[in-house]
Amino acid sequence: MYVAVKGGERAIDNAHLLLAKKRRGDTSIPELSVEQVREQMPLAVARVMSEGSLYDPQLAALAIKQAAGDLMEAIFLLRAYRTTLPRFGASAALDTTQMQLTRRISATFKDLPGGQLLGPTFDYSHRLLDFALLAEGEQPGPQVDPQAELSPCPRVLDFLADEGLMAREVDDGAAVPDITREPLDFPASRAQRLQALARGDEGFLLALGYSTQRGYGRNHPFAGEIRIGEVEVWLEPEELGFAVPLGDIEVTECEMVNQFVGESAEQAQFTRGYGLAFGYAERKAMGMALVDRSLRAAEYNEEVEGPAQQEEFVLMHCDNVEAAGFVSHLKLPHYVDFQSELELIRKLRKQASEQPAAEEQRA
Amino acid sequence: MNAQAQTQYATEVGYNFAYLDEQTKRMIRRGLLKAVAVPGYQVPFGGREMPLPYGWGTGGMQLTAAILGAEDVLKVIDQGADDTTNAVSIRRFFARTAGVKTTTRTPEATVIQTRHRIPETPLNGDQIMVYQVPIPEPLRFIESSETETRTMHALEDYGVMHVKLYEDIATFGHIATSYAYPVTVDERYVMDPSPIPKFDNPKLHMSPALMLFGAGREKRLYAVPPYTQVVSLDFEDHPFEIQRWDECCALCGSQDSYLDELIVDDAGSKRFVCSDTDYCMQRRDLEEEGEQ
Repeated sequence: MYVAVKGGERAIDNAHLLLAKKRRGDTSIPELSVEQVREQMPLAVARVMSEGSLYDPQLAALAIKQAAGDLMEAIFLLRAYRTTLPRFGASAALDTTQMQLTRRISATFKDLPGGQLLGPTFDYSHRLLDFALLAEGEQPGPQVDPQAELSPCPRVLDFLADEGLMAREVDDGAAVPDITREPLDFPASRAQRLQALARGDEGFLLALGYSTQRGYGRNHPFAGEIRIGEVEVWLEPEELGFAVPLGDIEVTECEMVNQFVGESAEQAQFTRGYGLAFGYAERKAMGMALVDRSLRAAEYNEEVEGPAQQEEFVLMHCDNVEAAGFVSHLKLPHYVDFQSELELIRKLRKQASEQPAAEEQRA
Repeated sequence: MNAQAQTQYATEVGYNFAYLDEQTKRMIRRGLLKAVAVPGYQVPFGGREMPLPYGWGTGGMQLTAAILGAEDVLKVIDQGADDTTNAVSIRRFFARTAGVKTTTRTPEATVIQTRHRIPETPLNGDQIMVYQVPIPEPLRFIESSETETRTMHALEDYGVMHVKLYEDIATFGHIATSYAYPVTVDERYVMDPSPIPKFDNPKLHMSPALMLFGAGREKRLYAVPPYTQVVSLDFEDHPFEIQRWDECCALCGSQDSYLDELIVDDAGSKRFVCSDTDYCMQRRDLEEEGEQ
């Protein structure tokens, strides 16, 4: 009779088997292990953990493997797992001042206590394909001075705050809302905004941050400080009454110094934008910091003129799991709605073509 | 049905009955109670991430998970059909995680999750319809800000909606909305009935079945309780009307069901069949019985 685009359980099962085959590729080549992904693709793992909102390098690596390298799909996998986990508490605020740094740079001061610590970075590398990597072989690491010690690295923005040039961020002690448990409401608090941005798509935040640099809501940013390293997570269980350490996580933190505001010349102060991401994720942290600052437009009585300053626009569209889902749903059958549009457009055209004839007759 | 009794039915190890944990279900049920108490009002809820993508029915699935009991019989349709891939996938999800009985027959179902259709077979008071909703806000395409639209609902400020419909008439001679056609519920809230064709709108009016709507990505749910007035927006001189076809169903001959259009050859010849596959099958079965 007819073959409609309908599929039964068998079609779905077969599609999934085909996907598994595609993921595995040529079976004469050894299978990629989750440990290899975790150890050798740490930046992919970091992105999946950040946007998946779950710090677990092992599961993030598993998700990357399962998703055949599609990071958004991996993020989705991790999110879908995270949502099933019970919440047994909220950690104490991370003390990133005490971070075990692997990298710390400031673009606002040439030298500063603790110094500039370049650490591992793509910066200043010449983007030439390294054909040596084609041939497998051990890469020699840098020469290490076992006596070397890191001197304390106080926060750059604190120097400015000490001088009164930068407003301090004060913890009001209020309970932090969890945007994965309660729906966002507008206007959102800064805590809600930062949570949404921390989960937000790196590419989206990067582009929005870039748009502010090009003039759509310009706010004159300087990379005040970027720090990457391990930080301890502390939790205060109710029954104990004191905090206990849970372990270390790697994070990237970015504090932007932005244009000053103030009622008068004496009160002029710099403003700041804040970015934080799991793992080594500098681009994400910088994009987030730019967008955090641009979303503070209302706080500083700035005119909202660019998309990056529109809270609802940014927060409702920065989540790539939501965005990818809704765009991909266009692949679902829509023939019922399309049929009603067909019926309507045919009716409109039919009437339009009949009407001139009727008018001629009358004339 | 308490959680413990339900657990034994779950066939998927490691997950709670119907996937969501009981606290989340309670949160959703509280939202649903509010939605039933204020018909057509969009209740924000703490929508969870589901193991299916946003836009593929996560809102409907969360509502179904929250109301499903072990004795329920579930039917899932997409575009009116039980055998479309996403309907198969969602039905299988609940068969796996809740172990409930599933059916394709409308009269046998106690819970019907649907995307974009209301069954042709009249519903009864023991049935609950769960709609998958992409954009719950009927005013969204007129006003993009949520802050604004919530205020408009609070003030019953729906003038812009009528202006939009009027502009359609001025441009095209007709109201150019053929699905997700806005309705007024219980003489108060303007509501998006989800992207069902306007053909289905009259079925919402005074229906004996409870109608629940879930939008997962937008984290909103709303409801039309049984026997509630649901009126499609229109004008006195341009009354609301539903789609009509000159053809009848090529399979069962129905002249009053919503039809899907199929292109059957390279010349573009068309054939029309019922979008509601169960309704079509029931009619064909009856016909066969009659012949014997």
